[in-house]
Amino acid sequence: MLNSTLDQARKGNPITILKLPSGDIKSQLIRLGISEGDTLICIERLPGGTIVVQKNRQQIALGFDLAKKINIILQ
Amino acid sequence: MKFDNILKLDSDKITSSLLVEEETNSTQKVVLVGNPNVGKSCIFNYMSGMYVDVSNFPGTTVSITKSNYKGKDVFDTPGIYGVGSFNDEEKVARDIILSADVILNVVNALNLDRDLFLTLQLIDMGKKVSVLLNFSDELKKRKIKIDTQKLSELLGVEVYETAAVDKIGFDKIGEAIEKARTGKQELDLHFILQQVMAKSIPQCDSLLILEGDESIAQKHNITNGTANEREKIYIGRRNRVNEIIDVVEHEDSKKGEIFNLFGRYSLNPKTGIPILFVMLVIVYFFIGDIVSQRIVNFTENKIGKEFFEYNAKSFVGDFTPVDIDVVVHDNNGNPVNQRLFKFPSGINSNTQLKNEFELFSKQAGAQSDFHFSNPIAKLFFGEFGVVTMTVTYLLFLLLPLVIGFYFVMAMLEDSGYLPRLATMLDRSFNKIGLNGRAVIPIMLGFGCITMANITTRLLGSEREKSIVTAILQFVIPCSAQLAVIAALLSGAGFGPMILYVSVIFTVLITLSTILNKMLPGESSPLLIDLPMIGFPRMRNVLKKTFFRSFGFMKEASFWFFIGALAVGLMDISGILQVWQNLLAPFTTNWLKLPKEAANAFVMGMVRRDFGAAGLFHMSLTVMQKTVAIITITLFVPCIAAFVVMLKERGWKEGMIIWFGTWITAFLIGGIVAQFVI
Repeated sequence: MLNSTLDQARKGNPITILKLPSGDIKSQLIRLGISEGDTLICIERLPGGTIVVQKNRQQIALGFDLAKKINIILQ
Repeated sequence: MKFDNILKLDSDKITSSLLVEEETNSTQKVVLVGNPNVGKSCIFNYMSGMYVDVSNFPGTTVSITKSNYKGKDVFDTPGIYGVGSFNDEEKVARDIILSADVILNVVNALNLDRDLFLTLQLIDMGKKVSVLLNFSDELKKRKIKIDTQKLSELLGVEVYETAAVDKIGFDKIGEAIEKARTGKQELDLHFILQQVMAKSIPQCDSLLILEGDESIAQKHNITNGTANEREKIYIGRRNRVNEIIDVVEHEDSKKGEIFNLFGRYSLNPKTGIPILFVMLVIVYFFIGDIVSQRIVNFTENKIGKEFFEYNAKSFVGDFTPVDIDVVVHDNNGNPVNQRLFKFPSGINSNTQLKNEFELFSKQAGAQSDFHFSNPIAKLFFGEFGVVTMTVTYLLFLLLPLVIGFYFVMAMLEDSGYLPRLATMLDRSFNKIGLNGRAVIPIMLGFGCITMANITTRLLGSEREKSIVTAILQFVIPCSAQLAVIAALLSGAGFGPMILYVSVIFTVLITLSTILNKMLPGESSPLLIDLPMIGFPRMRNVLKKTFFRSFGFMKEASFWFFIGALAVGLMDISGILQVWQNLLAPFTTNWLKLPKEAANAFVMGMVRRDFGAAGLFHMSLTVMQKTVAIITITLFVPCIAAFVVMLKERGWKEGMIIWFGTWITAFLIGGIVAQFVI
């Protein structure tokens, strides 16, 4: 258990979303099914820090700059 | 069973005219709404008896399609994750949804937790809704159980299981429309809603106002909710989705088991770059060889020039003074015979010469240049003739290329590869102020800049649109130009090619870095849903190619016509000639090219490949050729791309980019010339 940001997640890590950045992007994330308190799996971390997470059966890619702003708990 | 209308996506503008018209007649308005990749368009096709755009890449459906089903108007909308105004497509979808009588909400049973957010929002809007639970056939394969009855009970609306591939459950669509009703709304939210609705604002508008939609609030003259309030509503709705999922969905296998090797491999650069490379080679053979060489050669030269233009021009020449220069080429393209026919009072006035001309000009390898002295005939049928050039260019050159490119894009989209490519390239694009999505317009640019200029609409911010538009006009050579460049470079060896590619690439990096630093604001980060990867369905791909190509031609043709008219007027008024003389000193002293190369640049303004093709006939050294094609590549886009760019980006930005390409082309071309010639 470690407080961190999403860009630090590594392939295969389960992560829990602690805090999302505010503004429009937060609403967009919630609509896609990523909200605070959710647990997801990081299924890919590309060189440079683009993150791909999986929630249930859905895969979502997040750019490095966005991932940096998402606070998570690394499990 | 008719296809009434393709409504152009023009963000807010389309609403007024369309919706007003709809409100006045009493036909029930059914709107299909769903997330991207839920099979919505398959259902629409079934209802309309005709296939339409299926978009797998969120962000590329550029049209709303309307059809008719059992006497009701049916509208298809772009895939959206929620009703709102985060981008142009959402705005279009939102307006259609607001005016709907019945909503058929198509839901992907495999992604129920994502899709129900939209469902609940539609129910909160107080619309009559029926839910079509699509991909229900996939549920068994994946050992997932969804309690449809319970779901229907919790939502308060009917839920129908469908499977688009085998048309299972499609016979219930009529019933779904009949039985559509308002669902169960959350009480707390409904209480707040009542306060807005008390101002006699419809419930659907009220919800969007609470969720912070500015333009809807303005329409009713009240202030919209803040981002904070929207978040609260969104979080509440998300929690309700989770509660519903807990009750209705049961999965026997472990969660998150879908695992697609190809999908994974295409994401990671180590394997993704080789995959991309293989894709590009295939695309190159298809577009570069088959379409732009074989097909376009036939359509442009045989149909366009030798048949259409020849006949149109000689018909006009029958009645008006014309000089015709006929050159006969052998199989290698070398001129072997030439004759000049003069008809000072029209071809028909001299029957004997007419017969001679027809005999001479119809032999194999003959090419006829018509020179009209009547300015009107020249304007419409001359070298830049508005009629002749527009038709040949649009139908016989551009159309095959556009179809080819849209076909490739449709294949990539339908397979789910495109969002993965965007993801893989995201970090590299970040360095120039873009996110991975920008790969779409830039890839299209290698086909046709005009087409790519329109596609910049899918980018998230004005800043990104500006950067991509500039990159497209400055450095990306379109396929017509690429073909000529490849031919010019083919005999030149490896050195010039390396020089060309590295100069163009350096300009690309420098330009985009400067723009990224200079332009205010921030670029939007990548946030993209990766659909399952699979083999594209040919029927979908073909129909999508058709609709996109049709839409493009509809949009670009008029502007190209205007451009051709402008160039034609410049030609007959002598401005074109003045321009050529003005450029001549630059060409000879600075670029170290022969004086005639100036013609190539002027022609390049009309059509980029004209510019490059003009260089064929000059005797140039290898390095002169290299300098010339560097300059031509960096030079202004063609007249059609220019006009579409002005329309998309406005006069100010468009003119800055246009003049910028002049300066850059001559500056960089000249600098290279100083070193190598």
